[in-house]
This record gives sequence, structure tokens and C-alpha cells, in this order.
Amino acid sequence: MDKNEIKAFIAKRVAKELKDGDVVNLGIGIPSLVPNYLPEGVHVILQSENGILGTAPVTDETRDAIHVVDAGGNPAGAAPGACYIDSATSFALIRGGHVDATILGGLEVDEEMSLSNWLIPGKRMPGMGGAMDLLVGAKTVIVAMEHTAKGKPKILKKCNLPYTAVRCVHKIITEMGVMVASPDGLVLTEYNPEFTIEEIQAATDANLIIAPNIIPMVD
Amino acid sequence: MPKFITIEEAVKLIPNGATVMFGGFMGCGTAHKFLDALSKSDVKDLTMIANDAAMPGGPMGEDHYGCAKLIHNHQVKKLIASHVGLNPEVAQQSMVDCTLEVDLLPQGSMAEMIRAGGAGLGGVLTPTGVGTIIEDSPYCLGTQNIDGKHYLLMKPLHADIAVIGGTKIDKSGNVWYKGSTQNFNVVMATAADIVIAEAEEIVENGEIPPEDVRTLGVFVDYVVQGGNY
Repeated sequence: MDKNEIKAFIAKRVAKELKDGDVVNLGIGIPSLVPNYLPEGVHVILQSENGILGTAPVTDETRDAIHVVDAGGNPAGAAPGACYIDSATSFALIRGGHVDATILGGLEVDEEMSLSNWLIPGKRMPGMGGAMDLLVGAKTVIVAMEHTAKGKPKILKKCNLPYTAVRCVHKIITEMGVMVASPDGLVLTEYNPEFTIEEIQAATDANLIIAPNIIPMVD
Repeated sequence: MPKFITIEEAVKLIPNGATVMFGGFMGCGTAHKFLDALSKSDVKDLTMIANDAAMPGGPMGEDHYGCAKLIHNHQVKKLIASHVGLNPEVAQQSMVDCTLEVDLLPQGSMAEMIRAGGAGLGGVLTPTGVGTIIEDSPYCLGTQNIDGKHYLLMKPLHADIAVIGGTKIDKSGNVWYKGSTQNFNVVMATAADIVIAEAEEIVENGEIPPEDVRTLGVFVDYVVQGGNY
């Protein structure tokens, strides 16, 4: 798979996690592709933390770059039934457990299901934006990312970078497999048949518990 | 009742070294004409409280959009924000030139800290940031365990001046916001000694139905006419 195929593969698998009517917040990158792959009959309400509940793709007719943007500052649209809210209300939604799922990317995730994705000390300081609140507040936290970065594992025994939040991730979905949190550690529940289990473990610094009922990631 | 003044008069309300909240999110909902004028003034050493530093390159072809104008002109000595990654001048000034101090706060904590500052509350207890370096920030006063769950006690945020951007503002100072422009404007309008509101359109009382008012006129001290942006 090339880069774009990997991203689409991950987004497609993540889309299966969402249920009809879910309120969902998507991060930039791979997570933003997820709506393209929602199963038939599944409609979700997309939340944009800058203050839209019910974003929709922008069209030439609805484009109003001065008044309606998404959390990345790009022109956005509003779906039928949408509402505009202020920042405090937006984060009451997020922190208060009213968002069913948040899907975001990560620089590092570890065995304790802690995530780092906002700061590389001395190098990059983009800021956490809404990520720290989303990770502690959303009912389900899914990390959607490539399994490795330049061949180096991103799923570690312990994160090296400053945490965005600790013990917060429920599921990690990569092009190699699906990993879920358990009291004993990280459980590999699905694998991409393009790779062997040994290859997946070799690309992972964290210890993987292989689920007895492991299944292939269905394309 | 608010005073209706010119943008030039409003800029004179901002002294050097002031702590100023700027509403808006990536420039959306920012008081654009006021920021234009402020960026052409000699005002400097500002502490800027804003969600972000916007970005170079605005949607109308601007070189610098929203708060990015003040960063570009080196008028800000300290920035308190949640996200600065889309404005490379922030990284340049803070990490390379070391002329800009940046304090990063979680966006939801920041919104609630400002709300607390405007609502007379002594702080905010939030689970956001537990176990992270936010615990060590000067904005965090410690942790609390409430019914078995950990929270951080975050300080309220208050400013000398808040500058907000409204779509329609009536003669009583009531503000209506179009689209997603309300964002941080709503809480910031409550949390400063002086509130300056820029209107795209100034309208008569009654034109904004009372149930559509999002910022109450009593919070607003000065209104300036910005016009369409």
C-alpha cells in the first residue's frame, strides 16, 4: 500500500466503529477521512470544537469563510439540524461526556493507553488545542494512525514525549491491526493479513497480547 | 449603555503592556478592522489571551489574518493560547528569537477559566490535564480528589481589555453572532475590565430579538463600526 492507500485503509476500518446517531469529533489527517467510509445507514453528528455541532462539507453555495470555519480554520458547512455554540458550551459537550467518540492521530501511544501528540520539546510546539479535553471527556477514544514513523515504532512501552492525557485511549487502529485496552495490557484483536503477527509485534515496542479469537481486519 | 466610538479612539484605550483578550478562532469571529488599526499603532508589549495566533494568509488574501497581525508586528510579548501550530511566526519568535513568551492551555480549560474570570468564580476543577505537564503550570493550583476522581484546580483568567467581534450589535450593545463566530467572544466579553465590541453592522434596538442575544449589552463598554469584512 502507498501512503494514501494506508490512510484510506485505516479510515475505512475506523468508520466501522461508529454507530448511527453518534456525536463524533474528528482530528486532522486520517481521522478527517472517516466520514467518506461510513457504512450505509450510519449517519453521525460531527462536532467541531470551535463551535459547530453538525458540520457538513462546504459547497460553493454555503461557503462563508468569514463566518463559518471548522477547528482547523477551514471553511465549513452546517448540516440540517446543526447548531452553533460558544467555546464554553462546546467543551461542556466534550468534557461532560456528550461526545460519543473522538478519533485522533498520535505521535506516541503506550501500553498504559496514554497518548502524546501535542509537543516535541525544543522542536515543535503546536499546542494541544482541544485534544486534552477530548481525551478525558469523550466516551470512546480511538487513535487512528500509521503503525510506525519512518520505520520506528509509535506504540511504545512508555511514551517519551509529554502526555496529552494518561490512560485515556480505548482503541488503536493502524494499517497493521486493531489494538484494544485491557487490564492486562494491549490486546491485538484484529490483524491485517498482509503482515504476520511476528511482523506486527516487531513493529511495536509495546508488548502485544494476541487475542485468542483474533480475526483479520476486514477490508 | 455602551459608548459608540471610532476605531481610532478605541485603539487609544489600549496602553502598552496591557493584558488583552481577543475573541475569535483562527480569525473567525475576530474584530478584524480593530486589529488592523491596532497593528498599525505603536502599542506594544501586550499580553494576548486568545485561542490561537491565527495564521499568515487569510481567506480574503490578507498577508496576516486576525491575531497574526499583532504577532507579525512584534506587538505581543506574551501569548496565552491553546494552539499556535498554524502560525509559524509564533515558533520563530518564541523558540528561535526568544522574544515571545508562550503559555499553552487546553482549549476547554481556557474557555472555562475565562468563564470563571467573568462569573466571579475562584477557579475551575477539571479532569483535563491530570497526569500531564499542565499540573506543573503556574495556572494550576494543585489537584483535588472528588468522589474518587482526580481534578486540576485551574485559576480564573481575567484581562484589562477584551476585544470581541460581533455580526450585529444594537444600540444597547447586545451582540448577535453569525455562524461559528461566537466561539471565545461570549466568555471573553464577561472577563475584562473594559470590553470593546466591533460590529459588522450596528442596528436599532429590537432588531436583534432578545432571545437571539448571545452577549448582553451590559457587558459591552464600547462599540465600534467595523463594517463588512
